[in-house]
Order: sequence, then structure tokens, then C-alpha cells
Amino acid sequence: MSHDPSKTSHYINDQFYQNLVTNFTDWQTEDLEISDLNLRESCRRLLEKEARLLDSNQLDDWLQLFAPECLYWVPASLDGGDPRKEVAVAFDDRRRLEDRVFRLQNEYAWSQQPRSRTSRIVSNVTVFATDQADIYMTRSNFFTSEFQAGDKRSYAGWTGHRLRDTGGDWEILVKQVNLIDCDQNLRNPSITL
Amino acid sequence: MIDYDALIHEDRVHRHLYTEEAIFQEEMRKIFGAVWVYLGHESQIPNNDDFITSKLGLRPIIVLRDSTGKFRALYNRCTHRGATICRKESGSTKAFACPYHGWTYLNSGKLQGVPWPEGYADDFSDAKFNLAQVPRVSSYRGFIFGTLNLDAPNLKDYLGPAKTPIDQWLDRHPGSKVKVSNANRLKFNGNWKLAYDNSADGYHVVFSHRSLLAMENRLLSEDQKGMSFYKDKPDDAPMYVQYFGNGHHFKDKRPNIEQRPGALWEIEGSHPGMEGYEESIRERLGDKADRILDIAASEPVNINIFPNLLILGNHIQVLQPVSLTETDTTWYGTAVIDDDDELEGTVDDVNAIRMRTQEGFPNFGEVDDLMNFEQIQAGLAAEEDEWIYMHRGLGVEGRISVDENGVFTAPATDEIFMREYMKEYKRLMQAEPNLTVEREVK
Repeated sequence: MSHDPSKTSHYINDQFYQNLVTNFTDWQTEDLEISDLNLRESCRRLLEKEARLLDSNQLDDWLQLFAPECLYWVPASLDGGDPRKEVAVAFDDRRRLEDRVFRLQNEYAWSQQPRSRTSRIVSNVTVFATDQADIYMTRSNFFTSEFQAGDKRSYAGWTGHRLRDTGGDWEILVKQVNLIDCDQNLRNPSITL
Repeated sequence: MIDYDALIHEDRVHRHLYTEEAIFQEEMRKIFGAVWVYLGHESQIPNNDDFITSKLGLRPIIVLRDSTGKFRALYNRCTHRGATICRKESGSTKAFACPYHGWTYLNSGKLQGVPWPEGYADDFSDAKFNLAQVPRVSSYRGFIFGTLNLDAPNLKDYLGPAKTPIDQWLDRHPGSKVKVSNANRLKFNGNWKLAYDNSADGYHVVFSHRSLLAMENRLLSEDQKGMSFYKDKPDDAPMYVQYFGNGHHFKDKRPNIEQRPGALWEIEGSHPGMEGYEESIRERLGDKADRILDIAASEPVNINIFPNLLILGNHIQVLQPVSLTETDTTWYGTAVIDDDDELEGTVDDVNAIRMRTQEGFPNFGEVDDLMNFEQIQAGLAAEEDEWIYMHRGLGVEGRISVDENGVFTAPATDEIFMREYMKEYKRLMQAEPNLTVEREVK
């Protein structure tokens, strides 16, 4: 039976959680690091495009970068933790990610009135192979400056992307955003990271 | 002397309660020292020697189970020179050694030793060298509180009628208990009372949370989900707000929901994994599934224990004043523990759903409230515009009732709970409490 992941949530199940925790444990090993310049450049371009879309508030286009059965994950613990037993800053499946974008585009989302202006720097991109030929993972650092209503704030940390090669393009399976202060009290964490 | 009679009236309070440093400093003593303040949950320190660091008002403390199992709240402040002795957020230890000069204390608070004692003329067995500790620490069904006030009533009497909804909130779970998990942690640039004022407020919901309501309803053909029972005229709905005394208040949305298994689950918003887990639990357990899914859904109550503990949905929210205009609001998640397999093997599924339901409101609701609190703080900079009104319901015939225990009940958007808790606030701020720390290890 097939389900539309934008409407109902079936794919976030035990198997998904188990795979997620496995896939995001011990994946940044030197033997898996990709040295192929074209592949690295291709991944780097995707990450820069993503930052550009978010900075320019093209959230619908940003959503298009994700696979239908995707995850946007901002853990609230430093090692990612086990999301079956822990709450996260964000743990968005496809439907909830669309919820998030819907809310941010709603003029009554007071936490984003006025809308934050952001400038994202993505750097230190490293690409890793996985045990699946068409799936790669990237680790990149980010520094996001946010300006809202006379106030300037920032977010810093690193991101793990799990990407599928769809033949000349990428789709994001999982984006895991690791804030350096993920387990601390955050002021208005309403923008997408 | 601050004239609280001039600042707090039946229908309104003065902006100074939220903008004056002297009042904030007095609150840290007369409220956060003088009443029972929530310090932490027993499940955060499950074993002897476990500790967490916390605050009592602005005082840094270590909440722990000592080596004999007794709950204590030690001042996190070396007797010698004043440095904090513990800089971790949690852990397990029998003793704390001050990083500065190595004075070492047992987790009972007793000074164990100082380096090179021959350089002192003192007798270090004198209790004056032990850590200061909160003289009264007590817990109610897992919730640990402390107070510096020797004249405060006992904890059960302090909680009073609020014990009933706390009991009900716990008793719907297997074993009548929950375990605290990690937290959605937020903060805002505003006075802590802005959050407490809001905690039983049924008036703001459709306005402050307008984007969340729209989001929850975007995929539905009719508005039957989540908070949408605030639509139209929320005062006509059976839900209600109550004031319990001692500053505690309560908003109960349960009467809006049919009293049958599965009714709570049906009104839960859309969260990751819901449909898949629901199908799997129904396949395994048939008719019993409704009762179990209800435990994965949020309990529609707000139980507000003055001054800093807000039990709502499945959350234990803690308000922590940081300064006059900065407040941490930490939304601890809770998980189900099922020692006797009452959930027939589904406890991990239930918790996996609960973690996702719990992320919803802090992410998509609370952030909008916090912006509104910050904008109240900004608005209150208008010096000549002095008053904040909380008079909704006041003087309206037949709207508010009071029972033989002094519990006030009113429709869900009434501000009676603010007016009544402000009377208690005034009483506390006009009193001079008998605050003390303990150094004898008992």
C-alpha cells in the first residue's frame, strides 16, 4: 500500500528510526572519505544552493531538494541521541516539514513577524561514501547570522546530509543539523537551519 | 519600600512589576526563597549519588540524592571563597571537590576536608564550614520542591487542590508515573511573570497561535483537530479555568472531549509516525489500542504551580528567571515507563509517538507566545502608560463561581486566575519571610 507522505505519516517507523541511528553513527571515517573532486564539487554546490534558497526565503524550492520520504532533524543532544526516547529541536518528516514551511509563510506566525533576514556560510565540506552506491553523506560546518527587529543573533554548528544520487542531481534524504548549543535554551529558534 | 497596594489593584497591575529591578530582586527573596519552588524531578536523579544542577531563584544549587538516598538541595557555592563546586549539568558522585582550592564536600553537604589543614587554626568539624543547603526539600509524587522559608506550610498543604489534577495527570499512565526525558529549551527577553500570567490564559489562543491553528487544520476538511475547540466562542465550551489558592491555577480542556477510549488520540494534531504506529498498534491489540493511543496523545490540561512549574500536555515546563528581562522556559518531555507491561509490549511505540507529539507545541506554538511576551516587555517601555489590565470577567454577573474550598471557577477565557494569583503575589511581596539556610547535616 502506498501512502502520500505529504498527507499521512507511515514511513517514520521502527525500521526508519533504527536505520537513522545506525546511519548517523560512526560514518565520518577516513576510509570512506571521497577524494573525487567532481563528486565533492557537486555536493558542495548542492549545499550552497540550499543555503541560497533559505537565505532568499524560497522555502517551496528548498522543499523540492528533499526526497518524498525525508527527514529534517535538529537533535537536542550533542551526539544526536535516540529520537525514539528524546525530543529534538526539530524532527520533521515530509508532512511536518511542509507544516513548518506553511506556518512560516503564514502572516500570523508572530515569531517571524518581522521575518528574519539570514546570511549562511557553509564550509569545511567533506563527502563520505556509504554502503549503498548511490548514497553519500556530507559533513559541513555552518555559521548563520540572523537579523530580526533590530536584533542580531547567530547559529553555529555542523550539518550531516544524507544524499541520494538521482543521476546527475541530488535529493536530500536526511538533513541533521547539529547546533553547538543544541542542549541549551534557544531564543526564538523559528527559522529553518 | 515599594508600595504594592499602589501597584496591584483588583482589575489591573502596574508596569513596574515587569520593569523594575528592585522588584525583581525582592521577588528572588520573597517568592523564589519563600514559597515551595520546583527544583527537579526524581526520575532525573534515579539513583543514590545522582545529581543535577539547577537554580533556586538566582541561587545556584545542586539537587541530589545523597549516598543514603535523601533528597537534598545544596548551595553550589564553596564555603571558602564562593566558587561553584559543580559545573556539570548532571552526573553521579559521592563528593564534590572545589576546583579553586580543593575543599571537598560529601554529597550530604558535610565538609570532608581541606588541603593542608595545618595552615588553619580552625576546627573543620564545625558545621559552619559545611555547604549551605536548602533547609526544606520535599517531593510530591516525583516532583521535588524546596524552600528557604521555615514558616511555609508543608508541601501537600501548599499544593492544596492542585494535587487532584496532578494526581490525575500521573494516574493515566502505567504505574501512575512518568519519567522525565530531555527538553525543548527556549528563552525569551521578558520578565518571568509574562509566562506565568499566560499559563492558564484561554483568551490568547486563537490569536497568538493563529498560525499553528491554521497549520493543524491545513489538511483537514473540517476543523476538528487540536486547539480548534477555541474557535468561535470558547466561553461557551465546557472547558474552564480555576484558581486554587497559593498562586496555583488550572485550565481544564478535558470536558470538551468525549469520555471514551480513543477520544484524546482523535483530536491530537498530526505528528511524524502517527498513522504508521497507530495501524501497527491496532493490528496487534484491536480494541485495546484506543486506550494505549490515548497515552501517546497530549493530556489537555494546564496545571500551573506557582511560581515556576507548568504541567501541560505531556510536558513539565519550568520557568527560570535569569534577570529582570530574561527568562528560560524549559519544556521537559516525559516518557512512559511500563514495568508491568500494562501496554502489552507497545511502550516503545508509545514513547516514540510521544516524543514527536511533544515537539509540536514548543516548535510551532510557544515561539509565537514568546515573541508576544517579548513585545509586551517592549511595549511596557512606555513609561506614562502605566497599567496592564487583567479584568476579563470581573463584575460580569453569574460568570465566576467559588466553592466551599475557595476554588474559583470561570469560563476558559476568564482572567480570574491572574487577578487571584496577583493577590497572593501582593501578600507575599508585602510580607517579610523568615528565610534561612541549613549547615548542620541532618
